[in-house]
Amino acid sequence: MVNLYPKREFKVPIFAECINPEIFEDKTLSEIAELEVWEGNKRKKLGEFFKIEEVKAETEEPTITLYGDLSRIRRIGTKMRRGIIKIQGDVGMHLGEEMEGGKIVVRGNVDSWAGSMMKGGIIEIHGNASHYLGAPYRGSTVGMRGGRIIVHGNAGNEVGAYMRKGIIKVYGNVGQFVGLRMRKGTIFVAGDAEGRMGACMKGGKIIVCGHVDSILPSFTIENVKGKVKVEADEIAQGPFYLFLGDLTENGMGKLYVSKEKNSHLGFYEKYL
Amino acid sequence: MEILIKNGFVFDPINHINGERMDIAIRNGKIVDSVDESSAKVINASGMIVMPGGVDIHAHIAGSEVNAGRLLRPEDHAKDVEPKTPITRSGVGYSIPSTFTTGYRYSRMGYTTVMNPSMPPLEAKHTHEELSDTPIIDKATFPLLGDWWFALEYLSRGQIEECAKHIAWMITSTKGYAIKIVNPGGLESWGFGKNVESLDTEVPYFNITPREIIRGLCKVNKMLNLPHTIHVHTNNLGKPGNFATCLETMKCVEDLAVDEKPVIHITHCQFCAFKGEDWRTMSSGAEEIAKYVNNRSHVTLDMGQVIFTDTTTMTADGPFQYTLYELSGNKWVNHDVETETSSGIVPFHYRRKSYVHAVQWTIGLELALLIKDTWKIYMTTDHPNGGPFTSYPRIIAWLMSSQARKETLKKVNPRARSKSLLPTIDRELDFYEIAIMTRVGQAKALGLKEKGHLGVGADADVAIYKINPELTDPSKDYKLVRKAFERAAYTIKSGEIVVKDGEVVKHVEGATIWLKIKTSSPIEVSEDIKRRFREYWTVEYENYPVSEKYLAISNPKEVEASI
Repeated sequence: MVNLYPKREFKVPIFAECINPEIFEDKTLSEIAELEVWEGNKRKKLGEFFKIEEVKAETEEPTITLYGDLSRIRRIGTKMRRGIIKIQGDVGMHLGEEMEGGKIVVRGNVDSWAGSMMKGGIIEIHGNASHYLGAPYRGSTVGMRGGRIIVHGNAGNEVGAYMRKGIIKVYGNVGQFVGLRMRKGTIFVAGDAEGRMGACMKGGKIIVCGHVDSILPSFTIENVKGKVKVEADEIAQGPFYLFLGDLTENGMGKLYVSKEKNSHLGFYEKYL
Repeated sequence: MEILIKNGFVFDPINHINGERMDIAIRNGKIVDSVDESSAKVINASGMIVMPGGVDIHAHIAGSEVNAGRLLRPEDHAKDVEPKTPITRSGVGYSIPSTFTTGYRYSRMGYTTVMNPSMPPLEAKHTHEELSDTPIIDKATFPLLGDWWFALEYLSRGQIEECAKHIAWMITSTKGYAIKIVNPGGLESWGFGKNVESLDTEVPYFNITPREIIRGLCKVNKMLNLPHTIHVHTNNLGKPGNFATCLETMKCVEDLAVDEKPVIHITHCQFCAFKGEDWRTMSSGAEEIAKYVNNRSHVTLDMGQVIFTDTTTMTADGPFQYTLYELSGNKWVNHDVETETSSGIVPFHYRRKSYVHAVQWTIGLELALLIKDTWKIYMTTDHPNGGPFTSYPRIIAWLMSSQARKETLKKVNPRARSKSLLPTIDRELDFYEIAIMTRVGQAKALGLKEKGHLGVGADADVAIYKINPELTDPSKDYKLVRKAFERAAYTIKSGEIVVKDGEVVKHVEGATIWLKIKTSSPIEVSEDIKRRFREYWTVEYENYPVSEKYLAISNPKEVEASI
């Protein structure tokens, strides 16, 4: 088990794809310090930025723990397949990009594109997440293909865009365009959503337990449901309005919106 | 600078050298008889293959189309990033790499000359700017003239000689190298939302058919004595049943051939060798095309091999690209280049498990293996339409080893596998034939006399690959072959060592080759044409030609036309 402490304040974005339990495994501390990172356009070594310490392992899984303000460090845990990364502080963009397995736990806030294009594993964020949570890189149409993202705070815009599988749970509020162009999978929002939920979605499930301003006109009301299954052992208590859409894409996505918190949507009931 | 390449196994088909152990001497960028061993830089090539530098007859590497593809696909850049080194510049892009990266990647594979087909004449300046920015390799570009308004008008009136004069002016002023014809007549029809279904469908408002366009431009090509033949992308490309159109296109110029010389080049033939009624019944028409080509000498082809990967398709064939968009539902670009041509771009993922894609993969290899004479068919992927050019070593492995083909066949769609001829083909090419397909044949077809061979006087473009033909059996050790061709041990461009052990060690600029066509009387552009330029083009006639100063390194080839 390895601990990393920043040696100084970071001013320029640092791309540290090498912070990955699989890469650290079976390496000595001096070998880890030699790993390549990019500070802006300069090739540097990990040891120049971090004090690296080995501590007694608590679990058998290879584990990395990072401390301090890491909001400039990007791409931590890219393509990781197993092991655990614990982050005690804020962290930068592209956390766990294309991750396939293992676990990342953050006790702070996370910048945009966390869990982007992930295929498996778990990301748990105890603070807030920013925009494009689980969304693909710009231009790509293949979003999240598996795994779980759990956010205990709020999240920004375009959560779960182009999602194909997996689950995202946000216990706070989300921004606009949650589940943009999603095809399959589940997005659960315990708080409010800012609007345009499920724009251009073709399939999958979005559950919003809080307030929404309006539903896109390309969604039609289908039913009122008492409760909704979020995953195997979790049920959201309703009642919920169930909308189907997005009709502009001939989509059959399901959008559940709390009836209780959205009395202004009551007029939809006459179309049932 | 003098270089002596010692003891390599030399493959130089034009001079009939097949794997003999010999020395190659280089002085001042040319191959010479001998150099002074004590003063020259000696490269010990024992146990290595020495070939002329690679020549690619068809790869979209520059121009507005490629650039639009780059704009359309940020995710393609993120996937493949190359940091700068003290010698090379940084770059990005997997299927559509940036200009510098394109040059470096080609030279790492031992390629030194690349043809950029399909340049809309209006975008000539842009294309030349990008070509000038592509380092190391020599390059040339083919203007799209198959749907050029004036050409269509001249041809519909039967004025072949006037047309030839006009085309000579066009090629010289856009600094082009050959006549490129894409979906003749179809692109003009696309302006009206239509396409041409066969060689005898009339083009709206022009009173001309694709057959007349191809035959007319073929005659023009002969009158101007251009080094390359007409470079044709057939009608109905990418549609099931189009092998008949392809055969028809080859037949329609059969009578124009003299002395058994090729008069037509059918490019990315895989895309026009589909049999069947629709996508469900689509199958390979490679056998029929190979049968025809084996008995004729007036035609050359290139493969347009498909690779199972995520790539970007881009052609000047607007209607075809629109069909592709409808099939894939991907993001797309479609463009009408004023009066000249059209174009389209769609990202595309070729999948092993897809029946159609797997059949396409088999067609390319069947064509290459069923056509007996390797001087008639060349290796391309129609970069980036079938896959990026960086996958050439993989194709070499498939061509040299039936075992390599079987390994891939195991993983493809079972219905495509059971219907394909490929498992029954045992032919395995040797290094001599690979040299023809990847460089020598292409240089010959392009009429590049100084390239594609290692005889005295040739350009000193040499590729050395770390593989011993005496000790390796390519049919078994195809992985070694692939590795060797991925990273050339040495690439020598114009007498300078530019690549060593697969890494660029020197940044040099490559030249742009173009044709200076000389006619018996100077070509005058009529007042009528100038007037129409003012009326119909966004660029004034005076600003239209690309001046020679525009090219970073200009390498004009003089051509005496017979008019």
